[in-house]
Amino acid sequence: MNFGVQGEKSMSMPSSSASWKCGDGVSDHFPVGLRVLVVDDDPTCLMILEKMLRNCLYEVTKCNRAEIALSLLRENKNGFDIVISDVHMPDMDGFKLLEHVGLEMDLPVIMMSADDSKSVVMKGVTHGACDYLIKPVRIEALRNIWQHVVRKRKHEWKDLEQSGSIEDGDREQKPSEDADFSSSANEGSWRNSKRRKDEEDQAEERDDSSTLKKPRVVWSVELHQQFVAAVNQLGIDKAVPKKILELMNVPGLTRENVASHLQKYRLYLRRLSGVSQHPGGLNNSFMGPPETPFGSISSLNGLDLQAFAAAGQLPAQSLATLEAAALGRSTTKSGISMPFMDQRNLFSFENPKLRFRDSQQPQLGNNNKQMNLLHGIPTNMEPKQLANLHQSAQSSFRGMNMQPNSNPHGSQSSSLLMQMSQPPSRPQMFNDINRNHLSRLPSSIAQPTLPSGMGSGVLARHGMVENARGAIYNSASQASTMVDFSINQNTDLPGNGFQLANNAGGQMPTVTSKGLLQEEVNSEMKGSRGFAHSYDIFSELQQHKSQDWGLPNVGLTFDASQHSNMRSGLDVPPSVLVQQGFSSNQSNVQNRSTPFGKAIFLAAEESGCGNGLNIGQQLDTLLAGNSLRVKAESLPEASCQNTLFHEQYSQEDLMSALLKQQEGVGPASNEFGFDGYALDNLPV
Amino acid sequence: MERSQMYRQLANVRKALFDQGFLDEQFVQLEELQDDANPNFVEEIVTLFYRDSIRLIQNIELALEKSPLDFTKLDSCMHQFKGSTTSIGAKKVKNECTQFREYCKAGNGEGCKRTYQQLKKEYAVLKKKLEAYFQLARQIGPVDGACRPK
Repeated sequence: MNFGVQGEKSMSMPSSSASWKCGDGVSDHFPVGLRVLVVDDDPTCLMILEKMLRNCLYEVTKCNRAEIALSLLRENKNGFDIVISDVHMPDMDGFKLLEHVGLEMDLPVIMMSADDSKSVVMKGVTHGACDYLIKPVRIEALRNIWQHVVRKRKHEWKDLEQSGSIEDGDREQKPSEDADFSSSANEGSWRNSKRRKDEEDQAEERDDSSTLKKPRVVWSVELHQQFVAAVNQLGIDKAVPKKILELMNVPGLTRENVASHLQKYRLYLRRLSGVSQHPGGLNNSFMGPPETPFGSISSLNGLDLQAFAAAGQLPAQSLATLEAAALGRSTTKSGISMPFMDQRNLFSFENPKLRFRDSQQPQLGNNNKQMNLLHGIPTNMEPKQLANLHQSAQSSFRGMNMQPNSNPHGSQSSSLLMQMSQPPSRPQMFNDINRNHLSRLPSSIAQPTLPSGMGSGVLARHGMVENARGAIYNSASQASTMVDFSINQNTDLPGNGFQLANNAGGQMPTVTSKGLLQEEVNSEMKGSRGFAHSYDIFSELQQHKSQDWGLPNVGLTFDASQHSNMRSGLDVPPSVLVQQGFSSNQSNVQNRSTPFGKAIFLAAEESGCGNGLNIGQQLDTLLAGNSLRVKAESLPEASCQNTLFHEQYSQEDLMSALLKQQEGVGPASNEFGFDGYALDNLPV
Repeated sequence: MERSQMYRQLANVRKALFDQGFLDEQFVQLEELQDDANPNFVEEIVTLFYRDSIRLIQNIELALEKSPLDFTKLDSCMHQFKGSTTSIGAKKVKNECTQFREYCKAGNGEGCKRTYQQLKKEYAVLKKKLEAYFQLARQIGPVDGACRPK
């Protein structure tokens, strides 16, 4: 932990977390140098806080926009020890920032507000704030904020200790260090907390200094994926840390690690269900049997995705990338760069989840079923297609959402889709899910009987994903980066599209997401913000849909104007994006975009109303992280999209595209086989 | 001595501001933050407040001109403004803000408008008083008040 300990203490522990615990005990200077990030849109308050914190001898960074704060945090993963944020901010709700930070960086966050009403304070608690200060804040209140940092670290160490499997070397050190800690300012509390921890865990386990050295467990995408899979397997209600740990079978992971992670996870779920009108549906839904009536999609999204990821083989990278992208962090164009995904991106998907909250469709069920969710839809999508789908994570989200809506037909599909959209470890999940689902998707699409019509949507999505991918590549913007990720990943988790949407800062993601959103929005218009954007894109696609899957058309279709009724928060006009992709027609992905768009539409159509929202939510969540705020508040009229969609892109087209893909997922640029909309049995 | 007289005068002015309810404890907090590194901290903060709050006031004013009144928006605008005033310890202004929000909650448009006028008055009065106060403080000691507020 980079505590900023001033100096002199020789840090015997190489790792960051040990910074305080160096041999001679905690630095007496602690908490001097505590690195605080303070976020408040009011410049007067901000300046006062900064001065107060400086007077406490903390290292202060001030910020008046939540998004800036997030990017600061993301860029310096270990650059801060604690975050203080105002609740009411114009660009982003303080609680949202709180969640982001908690999930991505796992830093303690203190909320502030002039509002001292119980409900707001409670909200802080449920969102995981470690403290809540009422304005005007007094300096005395700020002097003690270091305790939150210590507390958190202690928990982390504790977790590490528990594992016991890690180096057993300097056990003795630990106790002494503890003693040192005790002697430091917070001695009482340290000891107490230590005691507590000891009691909780198996006493003998603690001790190893290695834990001290060890930084907290980083819930990487894969790890989270495994976690979610385990939880799903056990059922959220029955998921206890011990069993989860056993199922996960990750060496070096302790029950405590899992326990604290589970706690966060539960919080997240609870929040989702709280938001969605489906009480408790979330938690159960995705954990529960497929039959669960579409549980809140949000939960599904995030969780399912994880499940999917776990189930599938989403390459962690892809997910990570997706997530990264989704979180607006798409780092490199090239490839899977999971900027912060690796770290605690555990709940990064939460954003999406949160988004979906609103439109929680009870369709969560069947999360665990991966592809087969698409009822009987023989998915013959090849992995490649899946990969494509991955691109359009958005679409996948849509799938998810869609499914819930179409739940009546088959929760399976929905769950499948839903799962896909949930990207706890997004990139990974997506990939895995995509694979699995993709294979199934094609079939589902082809079957008119797709219960929720999602099947087609799903397939479509996947297909779209590919296209999207291509398109994304083309677009120079960030979106392309996102796409890149997905492409590289080769897992095309539909959910990935999700990420795309988010990251997009760029256009691509939005495109896809838009497409998705639109469709879905139409139905529900619940305000899936992110979706709106994608919808827009898609709607455009629809509009222009020229049966010719060739790129050129696709690009054109994204006519931003189409979205007039759609709310596309995205600034990037789909057309721009699409066109890029299309311009080259040769390149692989460009073609995809068309199908992608179509797919999305398809999906949207299929799903009917509810889905739109979910996706929107997902996208929203994803986007939330990004600066790209897709504001899909008002989803365009469903009617318009649907109409457009139908008219323009017949499902057949999409299906064929998808099927084509299946057949030849090769590197060929036109995998989608635009050449032949051979899909004849695409269910419409 | 002139200087000591000025100090006394300054102290009296300051005391009056508190006694008459213009300022509250939060202002003291600001004063305590002032140190050698930031010798004019309080004045800087107050200046910043008055500069930044102009737009907040304008927002409220604009919102009050709409018809029908959007109380949610009004309340939200006022909440922001109130946060600022609270942070500098502007007691009377803050009280008006509180009153305003009460009216918003009650959906009392007239009450809001009335309170707003009152608020603007208090806001202006305090500004004058503080300006005078800081001017006096600066006069007292070039050493103390070496840096002019921006």
